[in-house]
Amino acid sequence: MNRKSKEPSFGEELAQSQVSRRKFLHFSGLAGVSVLAIGSMTGIQGCKKDDTTNNNDGINLGSGDVGILNYAYALEQLEAAFYTQVIQSQYSGITAAETSYLTDIRDHEIAHREFFKTALGTKAIQALEVDFSSINFGTRASVLATAKAFEDLGVSAYNGAGKLLTDANYLLVAGKIVSVEARHAALIRELLSPNSFAANDVVDANGLDKARTPGEVLSIAGTYLKSKLNASNLPTS
Amino acid sequence: MNLHNVITEIEKVDPEVYDRLDGRRGALKQFSGIAGKVALASLPLMLSSLFKKTYGQSTSSIVNVLNFALTLEYLESEFYKKGVGTPGLIANADIAGFTVIRDHEVAHVAVLRQTIMQLGGTPVSLTGANFDYTAGNGSMNGPYATVFSNYDTFLAVSQAFEDTGVRAYKGQAGNLISNNDVLTAALQIHSVEARHASYVRHLRQARGVTANKPWITGNNAGGIPGVEAVYAGEENTSQAGVQITGINGTSISANAASEAFDEPLTQAQVTSIVDPFIV
Repeated sequence: MNRKSKEPSFGEELAQSQVSRRKFLHFSGLAGVSVLAIGSMTGIQGCKKDDTTNNNDGINLGSGDVGILNYAYALEQLEAAFYTQVIQSQYSGITAAETSYLTDIRDHEIAHREFFKTALGTKAIQALEVDFSSINFGTRASVLATAKAFEDLGVSAYNGAGKLLTDANYLLVAGKIVSVEARHAALIRELLSPNSFAANDVVDANGLDKARTPGEVLSIAGTYLKSKLNASNLPTS
Repeated sequence: MNLHNVITEIEKVDPEVYDRLDGRRGALKQFSGIAGKVALASLPLMLSSLFKKTYGQSTSSIVNVLNFALTLEYLESEFYKKGVGTPGLIANADIAGFTVIRDHEVAHVAVLRQTIMQLGGTPVSLTGANFDYTAGNGSMNGPYATVFSNYDTFLAVSQAFEDTGVRAYKGQAGNLISNNDVLTAALQIHSVEARHASYVRHLRQARGVTANKPWITGNNAGGIPGVEAVYAGEENTSQAGVQITGINGTSISANAASEAFDEPLTQAQVTSIVDPFIV
């Protein structure tokens, strides 16, 4: 149950950082750029991949608004899987109030995940495989620290993705979700440390929450995903 | 319908209409072009779509949205300035939290003023004297008369302001979609308001309002009298035509479905909610 509490060795750290670098390059879209360049140089016709085809570069999120919705769907899958496991294998010393909050949050994330799956229909990416080996589900500290990271990441992801959407209806739905993620983030932070709900590690001196690009978000989220995602066709502005 | 008269009427209320429509001749050409191509019955619809195109995403409409947001930020910043500055009002353990909130709202006022000026607009300027936090329309003796002497009243008004702020920004996002920088900044403020709301709701829940979770369940007003309008519509469980309750065979309850999505308010709804607080 309580796995992996020892510090990684230098070699393990190095191996991890190489993995991270590979994932980062991948998510930053650089991998996709080279593929695209090869495709256009050789002038290959008729091999245009479907937006959501799973090719050698990982699961393609697609382009345009669909790509952004699949990006959100991927993040919601990650969050829902995490809280599902939190409730299935509750950490020692969990209080009734904490169980209630975390169960609510699990249900909200499942609702978000299933909403995107249904709204995307045939354009939805497949179910992702997660990698939670770095999380110790037996301890409060590990679970809540991960929850905080996921919620703050989710808030910054939606804040950064808003401008990438072209359809105001999708923008509204994203807005309906992001404020709930922010409510989660604030509550988790309060459980960890009173009055840290909007501390200056997430809200800057102008009173603005973080906004991250999909590349930035996915390089962080990639640590928790076995499935590789290809974000190279996502809009960038 | 006489299109020339319509244009003349618009000119009376908006002298810049010709700039927006590439001059009077361009305007007439656009109108007559439309009139020639569509059945007369659908003309009002076409006109409305043309006006939306002309005014919907213009700089002046963005400035209007930002001045609306700025008014709400003044309402909040002056509220927290007074609350944090009132000795003995806020529980000692929560003073740090409300100081953070005050600082954010003051910063939001500054950011919005600067953005409005960068867009060539004129920001509204308000002070504490413009607000009556008892919701008495300036009588200073409204339903929340103890707002600065009773911590629970202060918390109740705070929650109503924060939850209203979240809904207000959400309702305006679509009006900012043409300006990426302004939209992103508005979203970054929006989620901070939601963090504030969650904090205040959590404090009230811990003080005995047990059904008042950090997220909004149905249209539950958290035991605060007179704020039904702040929560009206939050009970929605259908998103973009998708029913969330029990979605895809899950056991998602109606309560969870309503909590999982916050709902927007229109500018008119927000104005109606905050009106009693404005002198």
